[in-house]
Amino acid sequence: MTMTKQLWAATRALLALTLLLGVAYPLVVTVAALALPGRAHGSLVTVDSHPVGSALLGQAATGPQWFSARPSASEYAGDTSGGSNWGPAAPPLAADLANREAALRAANPQAPAGPIPADALTASASGLDPHISPAYAAWQAPRVAAARGLSLADVQHLIDTHTTHGELGFLGADRVDVTTLNAALATTAR
Amino acid sequence: MNPTVQTLLYLGTVVVILAVLHVPLGEWMFKVFTDERDWRLERLLYRVVGVAPRSEQRWTVYATSVVAFGVVSVLFLWLLILGQGWLPWGMGRSQDWHTALNTAISFTTNTNWQSYAGETGAGHTVQMVGLTVQNFVSAGTGIAVAVALIRGIARHGTDRLGNFWVDLTRSCVRVLLPIAAVAAVLLIVGGVIQNLDVPHTITTITGGQQVIQGGPVASQEAIKLLGTNGGGFFNANSAHPFENPNGWTNLLEIVLVLMIPFSLPWTYGRMVGDRRQGGVVTAVMGVLYAVSVGLTAWAERAAASGLAGSLEGKEVRFGIVPSVVFGAATTGTSTGAVNSMHESYSALGGGVLMINMQLGEVSPGGVGTGLYGMLVMVVITVFIAGLMVGRTPEVLGKTIGRREITYAALASVTMPALVLLFTGASLVLPAARAALLNSGPHGLSEMLYAYTSASNNNGSAFAGLSADQPWLNLTLGGCMFIARFAIIVFTLALAGALVEQRRRPATVGTMPTHTPLFATLLTGIVIVLAALTFFPALALGPLAEALS
Repeated sequence: MTMTKQLWAATRALLALTLLLGVAYPLVVTVAALALPGRAHGSLVTVDSHPVGSALLGQAATGPQWFSARPSASEYAGDTSGGSNWGPAAPPLAADLANREAALRAANPQAPAGPIPADALTASASGLDPHISPAYAAWQAPRVAAARGLSLADVQHLIDTHTTHGELGFLGADRVDVTTLNAALATTAR
Repeated sequence: MNPTVQTLLYLGTVVVILAVLHVPLGEWMFKVFTDERDWRLERLLYRVVGVAPRSEQRWTVYATSVVAFGVVSVLFLWLLILGQGWLPWGMGRSQDWHTALNTAISFTTNTNWQSYAGETGAGHTVQMVGLTVQNFVSAGTGIAVAVALIRGIARHGTDRLGNFWVDLTRSCVRVLLPIAAVAAVLLIVGGVIQNLDVPHTITTITGGQQVIQGGPVASQEAIKLLGTNGGGFFNANSAHPFENPNGWTNLLEIVLVLMIPFSLPWTYGRMVGDRRQGGVVTAVMGVLYAVSVGLTAWAERAAASGLAGSLEGKEVRFGIVPSVVFGAATTGTSTGAVNSMHESYSALGGGVLMINMQLGEVSPGGVGTGLYGMLVMVVITVFIAGLMVGRTPEVLGKTIGRREITYAALASVTMPALVLLFTGASLVLPAARAALLNSGPHGLSEMLYAYTSASNNNGSAFAGLSADQPWLNLTLGGCMFIARFAIIVFTLALAGALVEQRRRPATVGTMPTHTPLFATLLTGIVIVLAALTFFPALALGPLAEALS
C-alpha cells in the first residue's frame, strides 16, 4: 500500500522535476549562451571566412609544411574521443612509442639531436588534444621552415604568438595551439 | 615549475577556496533543511507530487520513498533511451537494451558509469531530459539521505526523520540548481559549448574532414561535477576540450566536485548543535584527500622519468599535476569524471585512485553519500573504541547498541562484498575476461577497478575494458543498484534506530567525538578496514605491476 502510493508520488515528482531541470534549465542556459555565440558553438577557426576547425580541437595534418599535433588514439575523428588506455607497461604501448619516435626522426632530419619531447610520442586522453608543448613546436620548427622557405626566426615568432602560458603558472601548462598555428600558416602562405 | 611546488600550490589553492566556500554553503544548507517555510515554486511542486510538506516520515516510509523514486527513475530513463529514435534530436544514436539498462541504473544511482560513448549513444533529448535530470535528482537524493541521518542523530525521542520529497525538492531547487546555473555560465565563458546543433562536418586546414559536435554541454557539465555524478557528455569526459578547455575550467570543475561534500560536515555540525563534530569529519576527509593527491602526484612524477613522460592519456594543457588533483578529486568523491585516462597512470598512481574508492568514498565522498558514509564510520569507530577501553559506545548521547552496530556494519560490508565477489567471478568467466584490453596484473586491475567503481557509485573506469557486453552491463548494473539502495536503506535504518533514543547526558565515561584523538582514530579505522579487505586484491593488481 505504502509502496504503491510512493511509486505514484515518485512518478509525479520525476515528471515535475524533469520539466524544471531537464527542459527549463538547459534551455535557459542555451539562451544565455547566445551572448557568447563563438564560444558556445565550439570556438571555430576560419580561413577565408570558411570554418576549418575548432581552436579547441586538434586535427590531423600530414606534410612537412604543417605542424603536427600529438598522436591520437582516434586519429582526430570528431565523432569519437578517448585515449589508448594502454597500461604503462603494456608491450603495445612500448611498440607505439618506438614506431612514433622512428617516424618522427625520419620526417625531421633537421631537428635537434637529443630526446624528443614526451608529448610528441604519447597519445592524449581525449584523442582531440589541440596543444603541443612549446618544446615540441620548436623541435618541428626547422622542418616547417625548410618546407615553406621561411626563416627559422619567423616560424619561431609565429609559434610564440600562438603560445598560451599556463594559467597562474601552476593551473595549466605552457602550450601551443596547433590548429590556430596551422590556420595562421595557411593564411600567411598566400 | 618544480612539480612538488606546483602540487603544493594547486592543493593550497583548492584548500583556500574550499575553506572560504564551505562556511556560507554549509550554513545555507543548514538553513535550507531547517526552514519552516516553502518557496512558491516548491509549493507548486508539492501540489503536483501530492505531498503535505509538513508531514514527516518514519525511516521505513522515507526509505520506501527513496527506493520508489529510484525504481521509477530507472524505468523512465531506460524507456527514454530505448525510445530516443522517435524523439527530436535522436540523431540516429542508440543503445542495446542491456546497455540502456546499465546507463539508466548508472545515472539514477549517481554512478554515471558509461558503457556507451556519448557521441554515439545519447542524443540531445536523452542528455537533457534524461541524464541532466538524474544528475540533479540523484545528487539531491544523496543530500536528503545524509540530512535524514543527521536528524537521526540530532533529534531524540521521536520516530520522524523528515519528508523525503521535501528534502529532495529543496536540495534541487535551493542548493543544486542555483549553483549549477552560475557554474554553467562560467563554463561557457571558459569555452565549454552550449547549443542545440547537430554534429556537422567541416573541411580542415589541410583538406581533411572533421566532425564538430554540438549539444547542451555546459548545462550538463556543471551539474555533472557539482552533483558528483561524472557522466561525460562525450566519451573522453572532462578530458574532451569541449567539456574542459583550459586550466581555469579545470580548477572550476575540481572545486565544483569538492564544494558540497566538504560543506555538508558544517551543516552536520550546525544541525547537531556542535560545530566541532563537523570539524572532525572535515579534517578526516581533508587529510585523506590531500594524502591521495600527494601519493598520486609522487607516483606520476616518479614514472615521468621514463620514456612516456607519464603523458600517455593526459592532455598537454593540464600536464601531470592538474590531472592528478582532478583524478584524486573524482575518485575520492564518487564523481568518476576524468580529465586524463586513469588506465594509463603508473601502476601505483592508478592504484591510489582505486584505493580512494575502496575507502568507501569518504575522502570526502559524493554529495551526501560522503557524509553518511563517514558517519557510519564514526559509529563503527565509536563501537570499536568502546570495546577497546570498556566504555559504552555513544555518539552524541545516542548509544550504539546491537541494532545500531548491525545496520552500520551491513552498510559498510555491502560494497566490499560486491567488489570482491564480482571481480573474482568475472576473472573466471572467459566471456568477461575477453573484455580486458591489458593483460597480466594490469588486466586484473582493469577488472577490479570496474567493480570497485560500480560498487562505490563512482563511475570512472580503467577504460580499456570493453564493458559494453551483457555480462558486464548487467552485473555492473546490479552492483550499482544494490550498492546504492541497500546502503541507503541500512543508513536510514540506522537513523531510525538512533532517532528513537533519548539523549543520554555526557559523563566522565563518555568518549568525546570532537577531539583530534578521535579524528586520528577515525582516519585509522577508515584506512584499516579498506586495507584489510582489499590488500590481497591490490597485491595481485597494482602492487604486482609496480614491482615487476
